[in-house]
Amino acid sequence: MSAEQRGAPVLSVRGAMKRFGGVVALDDVNLDLYPGEILAVLGDNGAGKSTLIKSISGVHRLDGGVVEMDGQPVDIRSPQIARAIGIETVYQDLALFDNLRPSANFFVGREVTRPRWLGPLGLMSERHMRKETDEIIERLQVTVRDTSTLIGLMSGGQRQAIACARAVAFASRVVILDEPTAALGLRETRNVMNLVRRLPEQGVSVILITHNMDQVVEVADRALVLRRGTSVGEMPATRENQAALVSLIMGADTPAH
Amino acid sequence: MSRSSDAPQSPPAVSGGETRSAPPSPRGFGKRKVPAFSGDRVPAQGTVNLLLAVVGAGPVIVLLVIGIVISLAQPLFYTGGNLQNLLIQSSVIAILGLGQLTVILTSGIDLSVGSILGLASVSGGMVYLSYSAGGGLTIVTMLLVGLGVGVLNGVIYVKGRIPHPFIVTLAMLSLARGAALAISGGTVQIGMPDAILFAGQGFIGPVPVPAIIVVLSAALMYIFLARTKWGRWIYAVGGNEQGARQVGIPVDKVLISVYAISGLSAGAAAILVSGRTASGDPSAGYQAELDAISAVIIGGASFFGGRGTVLNVLVGALTLGVIRNGLDLLSVNPFLQLIALGAVLLLAVQLDVIRERLEGRLRLMRAEAVA
Repeated sequence: MSAEQRGAPVLSVRGAMKRFGGVVALDDVNLDLYPGEILAVLGDNGAGKSTLIKSISGVHRLDGGVVEMDGQPVDIRSPQIARAIGIETVYQDLALFDNLRPSANFFVGREVTRPRWLGPLGLMSERHMRKETDEIIERLQVTVRDTSTLIGLMSGGQRQAIACARAVAFASRVVILDEPTAALGLRETRNVMNLVRRLPEQGVSVILITHNMDQVVEVADRALVLRRGTSVGEMPATRENQAALVSLIMGADTPAH
Repeated sequence: MSRSSDAPQSPPAVSGGETRSAPPSPRGFGKRKVPAFSGDRVPAQGTVNLLLAVVGAGPVIVLLVIGIVISLAQPLFYTGGNLQNLLIQSSVIAILGLGQLTVILTSGIDLSVGSILGLASVSGGMVYLSYSAGGGLTIVTMLLVGLGVGVLNGVIYVKGRIPHPFIVTLAMLSLARGAALAISGGTVQIGMPDAILFAGQGFIGPVPVPAIIVVLSAALMYIFLARTKWGRWIYAVGGNEQGARQVGIPVDKVLISVYAISGLSAGAAAILVSGRTASGDPSAGYQAELDAISAVIIGGASFFGGRGTVLNVLVGALTLGVIRNGLDLLSVNPFLQLIALGAVLLLAVQLDVIRERLEGRLRLMRAEAVA
C-alpha cells in the first residue's frame, strides 16, 4: 500500500476499446500500473477483465485506444511482442505442457538454439536451458522436487508455481496473473501468494486478476474495478475499502444488503 | 530420453519428501532416511512408478515376446534371408510411420498417405516414361508430389478452420487415389530408373538398402523432433494447443508442417515401393495409411498427442512386420493374421490409457504427500 505515486507508470492503457461482433467487451478502459506495484483488476464475470489482459499480453488486438510502456505507445500485435518488451502472463489455464519437462516449459516458445541462422530448425541447447531453469527455481524458492519429471506428473500447486516462476523469470517489467489460485488448495494458494508478494522486490510490477477479495486486500496495493467493459473506479486495496470495492463491482451505489 | 543427472545435488528440498524410493545408496555411511511424515506413501508411489515403467516398456516387451515365440515355433524365422525380407517388408511402413508420427504428435491423423504414395509412384513412373527422366528427376518428382499433397492437406485443414483433420485427409485419400488413377488411365507404368531400383531392392553387403534408408530417415527425424526448436514446438502443440498459441508458437505453421512432412514421407515411401515393383503403380499403397497409423500406436506413441518418439515408430513397424512375416512362415490362416494385428493394436491403445490413469494416480499421491 505504499505505491501511491512512484514516478511515471510502467504501463498505461488509455481509452481501450474492443468489440467482438456486436458485443462491446471493452469501452474506454483506462489503467495505470506503477513501478513495483501490485494492482488488482476486479469485476464481475463478463466485466472485461480477461479481454483487457489479453489485449495487453498480445492475444487480442485493441480496436481503439493505446497501450504505453514507459510513456511510449507500443503495438502489442502478438504474444511474442508482449514477451519481448517484458510482459509475461500467467493464464488461468496456465499454458503449461504436461508432456514436457520443467525446463522445456520454462523456455517454450523461446528455446535457446544454435546456430542462429538456422532459426527454428536450430539445435536446442538443452543443458543451458536446464541449468538456467534450476537457477531460477532456486532463486525464486519454488519447491520443485524433481526437475526431470514431466509437468503432467506434478500436483496443481507445483504446476501453478512453475507457471508463475516462468512468468517471473522472464518478465523484466510486468507480470499479469489471471486467477492464479482458482484451482488451488489453501496451502498452495498461500505459496503462490507469497511468490506474488515477492515480485516487486525483483523490480517487477504485477496485475492481479482475482475474485477473492481477501487476497486483494492482502497482497494488492491498489484495485481497479471494471463493470460492463468500462473502468468504474479505483482505490487503495485496504481492508477498510473492501466493502466499497464490492459495491463498485456489483454496481450498487449504496452497499447492497 | 536423457534425464538430468541423478547425481547427488545440493540439499534437496525437504518439503515434499523423496519422489523415488531409491534403495539406500551402498556407498557412504549416512543412509538418508525417507522423511517420516510421508513415509507410508512412498512405497505406493514406487509401485506406481514401477507400473509406469512396465507400461512404458510394453511395446518393446510385446515385440520381443512375439519374436521369441515365433522363432521357437519356426526356426526359419531367424535365417538371414528371412530377416532381410522382414526388414524390406517393414521399411515402407516405417517410413510412412515416421511422417505419421509427427501428425499424431499434434493429436491429428493423416489418412491420405496410402493414396499419396500411389499418386507419387505413378507420377514418378509417368515422368520417367514420358521424358525418359533420370533417377534424380524421378525421385524429386515423387518427393515433390508427396510434399505438395501434404501441404495441401495442412493448408486446407488449418486455413479452412476445419475442426478435425480426419475428414480433410479422408477426402484427400479419395482425391489423391482418384488423381493417381485418372492421370494414368488406371494403368501401371512399367519401368523405373536404376537409382530407384537400387533404393527399393538393392543391398549393401547383407543389408537391404530400404533398411538403410529407414535408419537414415529415422536418425534425421530423431534430430528434428528431439533436438530442434521446431520439433519441440510440435510436441508443445500436441500437449496444449491453446497454450502454445498463448506462448507465441506459430501453431498454424506447425500444423501445416506436420502434414507436409507426412506427405513427404509418403513420397519417400513411394520410391521404395516403386523400386521394389519396378513400376509406377496408381494403386500402390492401398490401405498403407492403416499400417502407418497402427505402427505408430503399436510402438507406443500416444494417439492423444504430445507423446511418442522415433523409436516407437521403429518398434511398431517391426512388430507389424514380425507378426505378418512370422505368421506367414507358420502358414497361419491370413484371416487369423488380421485378428492378431487388431488385437495387438487394441493392446497398445489400452496400454496408453492405463499409462494415463497411472500418471493421474501418481499426481494425486504427490499432491497428498505435499499437503
